[in-house]
Amino acid sequence: DNVCSGELKFHYTVHTSLDVVEEKISGVGKALADQRELYLGLLYPTEDYKVYGYVTNSKVKFVIVVDSSNTSLRDNEIRSMFRKLHNSFTDVMCNPFYNPGDPIQSKAFDSIVSTMMVQAC
Amino acid sequence: MESLTLSDVEQKYYSELFLSCDVDNTKKVASNGKVLDLFRAAQLSNEVVHQITELCGATRLGHFGRSQFYIALKLIALAQSGLPLRVESLNSVRDLPLPRFVMGKNEQEMRHAVMFADTENQGPYFPRPPGRVQAKKVSAHEMIQPCVPTVDPQPDTTSPVVSPHQSPPTSPHAWRKHKRQASGGNVDRQPSVPGVVWPHFREAQPGPVTGDGMWSAHSPPPVQESWVSFTDTPPSSTLPMHPPSAQPESTTVRTVPSAMTTNEIQRQISGYDDPWKITDEQRQYYINQFKTIQADLTGLIPGSAAKEFFTKSKLPILELSHIWELSDFDKDGALTLDEFCAAFHLVVARKNGYDLPEKLPESLMPKLIDLDDSAGVPEPAPEVGFSASPVEVTPNKSPSMPSLNQNWSELNQSNEDTAIVHPVPIRMTPSKIHMQEMELKRTGSDHTHPTSPLMAKPPELSDEAKLAATIKFPGTTVGDGYSSSDSFTSDQEPISSAVNRQRSHSGTSPEGLKVVAPPPPPPRPHASHSRSSSLDMNRNFAAVPAGPQQPGVVAFPPAVPPRPLPTQTSVPHGHRSVEGDGLPAHTSTSPHQMPEQPNFADFSQFQAFAVDQPADDGENASDSGQAERCAETTGTMKTAKNDVQSEERNATTVNSAKVSTPLAPPPKPVRRRLKSEDELRPDVEDLPQKSNVIATVLATQPSIPRSIGKDKKAIQASIRRNKETNTVLARLNSELQQQLKDLLEERISLEVQLEQLRPFSHL
Repeated sequence: DNVCSGELKFHYTVHTSLDVVEEKISGVGKALADQRELYLGLLYPTEDYKVYGYVTNSKVKFVIVVDSSNTSLRDNEIRSMFRKLHNSFTDVMCNPFYNPGDPIQSKAFDSIVSTMMVQAC
Repeated sequence: MESLTLSDVEQKYYSELFLSCDVDNTKKVASNGKVLDLFRAAQLSNEVVHQITELCGATRLGHFGRSQFYIALKLIALAQSGLPLRVESLNSVRDLPLPRFVMGKNEQEMRHAVMFADTENQGPYFPRPPGRVQAKKVSAHEMIQPCVPTVDPQPDTTSPVVSPHQSPPTSPHAWRKHKRQASGGNVDRQPSVPGVVWPHFREAQPGPVTGDGMWSAHSPPPVQESWVSFTDTPPSSTLPMHPPSAQPESTTVRTVPSAMTTNEIQRQISGYDDPWKITDEQRQYYINQFKTIQADLTGLIPGSAAKEFFTKSKLPILELSHIWELSDFDKDGALTLDEFCAAFHLVVARKNGYDLPEKLPESLMPKLIDLDDSAGVPEPAPEVGFSASPVEVTPNKSPSMPSLNQNWSELNQSNEDTAIVHPVPIRMTPSKIHMQEMELKRTGSDHTHPTSPLMAKPPELSDEAKLAATIKFPGTTVGDGYSSSDSFTSDQEPISSAVNRQRSHSGTSPEGLKVVAPPPPPPRPHASHSRSSSLDMNRNFAAVPAGPQQPGVVAFPPAVPPRPLPTQTSVPHGHRSVEGDGLPAHTSTSPHQMPEQPNFADFSQFQAFAVDQPADDGENASDSGQAERCAETTGTMKTAKNDVQSEERNATTVNSAKVSTPLAPPPKPVRRRLKSEDELRPDVEDLPQKSNVIATVLATQPSIPRSIGKDKKAIQASIRRNKETNTVLARLNSELQQQLKDLLEERISLEVQLEQLRPFSHL
């Protein structure tokens, strides 16, 4: 139950953060090619965790939820995490057998994400 | 199937036969070819042989396991005895004579095979299957080929073989079997051979893989026993089979397997080397397949075409996706010939039941076509893919475009990169001139035209590598940061390093970066430095008892409109250089100026270097060059000032690079101001006077330590303040001018009114 509730909680967090992401990207009028705009930064903090957002050129949104107790995570690290995510995601997209919208089942992608998460801890 | 009980004699005979047929020496599976040969040697009609194979379960299984083989032999004995072929009679008929085989040539082969079997028994387990795969493939290739045309297009999951008992798709069964085997322990995978796989490629492609896939590795005796006792058969019986079904057509096939025997044996031996090695035949087949999709063997197969092609193999999309990930080495969404062969080989292996590896085996790795990438790029594996063929570099750009941006952010973080990235394109022109002049000054002239080499260099990893090598340079040049000559190099280096980082992700950005990098970035900060330095100088002058002229100089900054500021900045430079020529004393004192005014510090360094023991020869050269320039006319002085300023800019850029603060926006305006300053310089008549004043002031200042690290930040802060002051003053100037115009108009109107009134006065 704890695991399920945890997952649900994260799902809920991510969904609510999507609203913040939309709000941030809707206000951007200039070219979205600017890297700085891809990284949305801290979307909003709660007492338990912090949510960071990132949107790609193709409007694919990445959301990272980190524990608030992890104060050692700096903004640069989050940026690099998003960058790695983006690269891995690009590699997944290059696979012609992958249909955009499907859950990603790439082992390479999973391994990169897992490594990243372990590093963040 | 019921268990088969054999008499000792039968057991012995059968096992010997099995070994003889077990060319692959699996001890579990007899090669179909050999078995069929054997059956035919029994001089039974093909129909009978077919029936026997069906009864023994080989049809279902797709291969002849030991138990199937034994059953088949028993049935042959039955047939030869004239008894009806019945499964029940297997055990019921006693005293059945041993099956007779006309072994002529087969016996020799048998012996041969037995010998090999013995020698190969010791071999490693795993290599076997691939060897067998290859062997089987080839033989099956021939065998299946005739089948293909005759096969009706059946549901994807069924094999084209006419057997009615086709079971569900081979792959899932293969998986199941694998799992079972894994749980079974030592058993290496026994890939089920879905020989059917190949026929599924219904585009009339010959199926190289046969149904024979009996590549089980050596199994421990217990497993063998289980084979004999049919304990394993139920699971494997669900596997679709296929080779005997080839028999109906195989009058021609008959010769093929025997012909292939020796080849198979040889291949087995070679298979030990590398389980994933592609044989020449396989490779040729793959190449032919490649040609059907892409005629140009050096070209690429786009992802969509490859997807269609491999989808025909009826592998699940997930597995195909995994195969793609493994084989698309450079992650460009397209397959080269090597990548295609690797993917095809993986598909074949997977179809034969081999699990896909986590990483691409070395033998399947595509050859990386070295672009101009330098080997010095220490990129991690995934990024190495980008160093693949030049053809793929371009495709990389598109998928890596987002990474480009990402890299830029990285660059931003590095700080020096951002300065390089953004301003680069803009700065080129103005700095070029300066850079060129600076270069001309330098005797070393190791630096070619600042822009030309950069422009000429392709955005390859080679550039990046060079850049990477130079990344560390800024650190080392801290002490020399202000030297113009060094700044040029160091500018290139930090920029190149930034480019290098980008390169890891994309190939396009470095080009733009590199080209522009060296010249533009440095000047900007220097420009700011120059301004700030000038103001600082003034302040310093006030602080330092330089002389009577100081107050005048000090007064400049506050009251002086934008113009004088540039003049001040430019003038001191020019003068410093001038003084540097003939006044070693000044040069000796110039170092003192360093901490206060970076620009001046630069020059003083140069001068000091020229006079004292120069730390850098380049600096000396620049210093001397500057001195020489100063010795020329004022026009030359102005040029020198420009050069000096550019050098200062370089120094400041280096400083800024080291400080790693994004200076993109500031440099631009600074640059323009410098330009205007340059333009204004000739117009300023006070230059000589001011320069004299400032020069003397500078000369009297205390020596400045070479390490200017701390000063940089102060300088940059002062630069920003000066810039703000500059803008304010510029606005003030424009407003005052506007007021002047208004006043002039009012004056004119008043004069007109006066004249109108005068006539009256005259009167």
